Amino acid sequence: MVFSLRKHSPQPEKYTLLLEGVKVENVRLVDRISSKKAALGTLYLTATHVIFVENAPDTRKETWILHSQISTIEKQATAATGCPLLIRCKNFQLLQLIIPQERDCHDVYISLIRLARPVKYEELYCFSFNPKLDKEEREQGWMLIDLSEEYKRMGLPNNYWQLSDVNRDYRVCDSYPTELYVPKSATAHIIVGSSKFRSRRRFPALSYYYRDNHASICRSSQPLSGFSARCLEDEQMLQAIRKANPGSDFIYVVDTRPKLNAMANRAAGKGYENEDNYSNIKFQFIGIENIHVMRNSLQKMLEVCELKSPSMSDFLWGLENSGWLRHIKAIMDAGIFIAKAVSEEGVSVLVHCSDGWDRTAQVCSVASLLLDPHYRTLKGFMVLIEKDWISFGHKFNHRYGNLDGDPKEISPVIDQFIECVWQLMEQFPCAFEFNERFLIHIQHHIYSCQFGNFLCNSQKERQELKIQERTYSLWAHLWKNRADYMNPLFRDDHSQTRGTLRLPTTPCNFLYKFWSGMYNRFEKGLQPRQSVTDYLMAVKEETQQLEEEREALEERLEKIQKVQLNHTKVKAKQSEPSKHSGFSTSDNSTANTPQDYSGNMKSFPSRSPSQGDEDSALILTQDNLKSSDPDLSANSDQESGVEDLSCRSPSGGECAPSEDSGKDRDSDEAVFLTA
Amino acid sequence: MEFAELIKTPRVDNVVLHRPFYPAVEGTLCLTGHHLILSSRQDNTEELWLLHSNIDAIDKRFVGPLGTIIIKCKDFRIIQLDIPGMEECLNIASSIETSEWRLSYVNKEFAVCPSYPPIVIVPKSIDDEALRKVATFRHGGRFPVLSYYHKKNGMVIMRSGQPLTGTNGRRCKEDEKLINATLRAGKRGYIIDTRSLNVAQQARAKGGGFEQEAHYPQWRRIHKSIERYHILQESLIKLVEACNDQTHNMDRWLSKLEASNWLTHIKEILTTACLAAQCIDREGASILIHGTEGTDSTLQVTSLAQIILEPRSRTIRGFEALIEREWLQAGHPFQQRCAQSAYCNSKQKWESPVFLLFLDCVWQILRQFPCSFEFNENFLIMLFEHAYASQFGTFLGNNESERCKLKLQQKTMSLWSWVNRPSELSKFTNPLFEANNLVIWPSVAPQSLQLWEGIFLRWNRSSKYLDEAYEEMVNIIEYNKELQAKVNILRRQLAELETEDEMQESP
Repeated sequence: MVFSLRKHSPQPEKYTLLLEGVKVENVRLVDRISSKKAALGTLYLTATHVIFVENAPDTRKETWILHSQISTIEKQATAATGCPLLIRCKNFQLLQLIIPQERDCHDVYISLIRLARPVKYEELYCFSFNPKLDKEEREQGWMLIDLSEEYKRMGLPNNYWQLSDVNRDYRVCDSYPTELYVPKSATAHIIVGSSKFRSRRRFPALSYYYRDNHASICRSSQPLSGFSARCLEDEQMLQAIRKANPGSDFIYVVDTRPKLNAMANRAAGKGYENEDNYSNIKFQFIGIENIHVMRNSLQKMLEVCELKSPSMSDFLWGLENSGWLRHIKAIMDAGIFIAKAVSEEGVSVLVHCSDGWDRTAQVCSVASLLLDPHYRTLKGFMVLIEKDWISFGHKFNHRYGNLDGDPKEISPVIDQFIECVWQLMEQFPCAFEFNERFLIHIQHHIYSCQFGNFLCNSQKERQELKIQERTYSLWAHLWKNRADYMNPLFRDDHSQTRGTLRLPTTPCNFLYKFWSGMYNRFEKGLQPRQSVTDYLMAVKEETQQLEEEREALEERLEKIQKVQLNHTKVKAKQSEPSKHSGFSTSDNSTANTPQDYSGNMKSFPSRSPSQGDEDSALILTQDNLKSSDPDLSANSDQESGVEDLSCRSPSGGECAPSEDSGKDRDSDEAVFLTA
Repeated sequence: MEFAELIKTPRVDNVVLHRPFYPAVEGTLCLTGHHLILSSRQDNTEELWLLHSNIDAIDKRFVGPLGTIIIKCKDFRIIQLDIPGMEECLNIASSIETSEWRLSYVNKEFAVCPSYPPIVIVPKSIDDEALRKVATFRHGGRFPVLSYYHKKNGMVIMRSGQPLTGTNGRRCKEDEKLINATLRAGKRGYIIDTRSLNVAQQARAKGGGFEQEAHYPQWRRIHKSIERYHILQESLIKLVEACNDQTHNMDRWLSKLEASNWLTHIKEILTTACLAAQCIDREGASILIHGTEGTDSTLQVTSLAQIILEPRSRTIRGFEALIEREWLQAGHPFQQRCAQSAYCNSKQKWESPVFLLFLDCVWQILRQFPCSFEFNENFLIMLFEHAYASQFGTFLGNNESERCKLKLQQKTMSLWSWVNRPSELSKFTNPLFEANNLVIWPSVAPQSLQLWEGIFLRWNRSSKYLDEAYEEMVNIIEYNKELQAKVNILRRQLAELETEDEMQESP
């Protein structure tokens, strides 16, 4: 059966994509935070989304979930009220539905399992997503981020580094890009020789060049050294890297694995560099755990986030037990070590782990971010992800489970990098041009498959799939909406935006905090109710308008004064009424609603009759308007609707992507008591 | 005996000072009646002025002829003085160790309740004679008085000491009459006992107790469990210890934070305050709050409930008034609670960071509603400092009666008179503030509560970058205001010129 949504459907044509319209009525969506009753509504399954539309006639609130965001679906034991279905999403949204009929529930469950695990790329949303841009706009979008420009910006090529075509047509390494920078003294013979001595032929190549002192960060996979093997070309390759930095007589080789793991690899003919074989290297282990440990750690942390009214001890104990912040710190420590080696010691660093596409990508990009202010800008950050993650063959498809595959390959590798950036933003609030929302939206789209950027496992696969001709680029989309992603505290000429970010030398574990804005972001009630960022952005926007007005006024004044001096009579136009209403009271809209603090009082009504009074009513407007945030669900060309909002509402841009359709006035209730 | 008489060595030269964030300074150490002063005696160098009362603990160490004194302050700062000559070192160390309501004047001479102020607000229908009787039935004579009146619906918060029911269920008709007088016809009220039922029951053995349902049928009793006394003090000591220990790894940091239980206390206090506010604003019910004495957890709850309910208490003047009313006048024993802080080893029974926990809770709400408070974090930090060590008389003594006897009003300056000077106020004003007339409901989920870094990590990590961010924020807002003023002037000028123009044109 085919259905259509009535008034709220933003893009009716989307429904033509329906495989089969599955529609279930009288479904209840359980609010996890608030103890109030679940919302009654209708559940729709389309080819791309799960959609829940509430019955409540005044709001008809919609919740949209992309199939590609679905991480797990759990059918729970049937209760008297119906059959509960728990949907966990990769962007940390958690949806609990209660479906009246067991049979319907089973149907939905079976459909979702299939829909959430596409088997070929063509089934992914980006191939059907159409933001209504013409061909030229799409092509321009893909050209926004240009890595060859980025290497030029670093100051390359120069006397020490050159662009190598050794990997043309992916002849040497199929997970590397075709264009790579290598030391000038590294001949094709050396490179190919070295590549044969490295896992998956990922030979040492340049990741970042620090033009101030010629030191560089290079990356590769582990050497196939086993217990005693050596390779002359590989040794020459490392020499070449050292020689490309005339100021230093050695290089660091950083193995980002725990020593035990690296040693275990030797038994399999892999391993790590023997300092005796390579002249002038200093070898260093930095123990970052592998993808399996990280996957389990996130799993444990999310279990803590999911706890219903946990005590402080439950939470802190669970957080510690997950080890998540310890892993974040390990990644940060590695990045800090490398940034220091490069900027303070002037020593080049070669980084690798096993295959050199997970921990290596994390560590290289954290170090680059610390070293170079460009990567802390909006565009620079896109470049950084493009360089260290996309071009160097981070296996997006496997790690983020875009296509149905081995669940053991899934791991939150880039999530950890994104969190590292957030941790830095917390410590250096003026150093980044972008805000937290930018990070959250990137995380969302790494999983959404709405844009082609993160598809596949390598550049080669993306080329074969003709991604650029068939899909759109996220970077262009984010760039177009950049006003939403600006950090108001950022200033080009601020001391924090210049040079290397220097973290304290003493180990300060307390610097790393739980990121509730990411992992609990769909629990609005847990977030601060007023956003300083949004408030300041509104102020800055008004400031800009005032500047324009001042200029216009001054011009007119000057004119009139001249005219009056000349005693000519010119009838001046009526002065325009002010466009500004100030931001006063606007932030009232973010004040929240009453709570359920009643825990241990059975007769305490969970919902009081005064619910609809003034302070709740104010909350509605902003949230609901914003709820149709463009990239929320699918409908990407809706910016116009957002412009109409009172531009100076500090609460305006609060929504993260796929906040989906809105929230009602009670959705930020929190339970204050444990029973 | 004057303090100054204790000073054995008033001055020592060539003392080297080590303190957080600054390079070591060599200078002269002076001890005055109230301050320890170190000055390098050079132009443009900052001097250290440390109030003796800010000193929490002192360690002495000797390495050869060089003596070292480590001074640990109540605001958690640790400084080190290297002093040449052992004898002097010893001397210096010993020198510093050391409507329906009415006003009632029933407590004019502090005779009915020594920890209450001379004037209290009570239900109109209850006369002073009845109050005297109720006072004998309540711990410390603390009969129920008005703490807060919610204008929106006329509901009230009252506070008191525990009823002295004892094991045989003693009752007091006047007490019942007093609190019933605050109820509207047919309405029920809530009694929030800040102790767990278990603790409240145990209190009966010592003559205390709680309100029996049978005698207070119009009231529902809710028990919460806010900790008191040494449990809180130990929690503070553990927390500060954890913050100062920089050797442990990430996991041990979280364990130690957890083991300190500090955030657990924060959560419990905030939850109780939210519950109280909810009774008032959402249930339209009046409440009576008490624990045992009614001078600690009770005041945390009554004052936080007002922060949530009453917009005025989120302004600077309003918050000052709240502290004056709910803490100073209400008889929180500052002298006892704040005598020592986290570093002092001597076990004293009465120290407890009750007020600091309150300030921390306010900070938690401020963090969640950054635009709804007229004051900023620095204001709260300043109050914390003055509660523990101050050159003003405001926080001295344990109650109004003691302050009167000490004649503090005549002999000392008030903290408020200093704070309210424009130059000081500007440091404490939140640039983001926009009057918000609504009730603000904070989240008390663990994910929403954070360690107050401004207090606990203040001396352990540089706040340079955060301070810069704050400055940047102030600049953005200041510039906007300037522009607004400028544009308004221009508009006016233009309008005037245009009318002139028309005038010239019209004849």
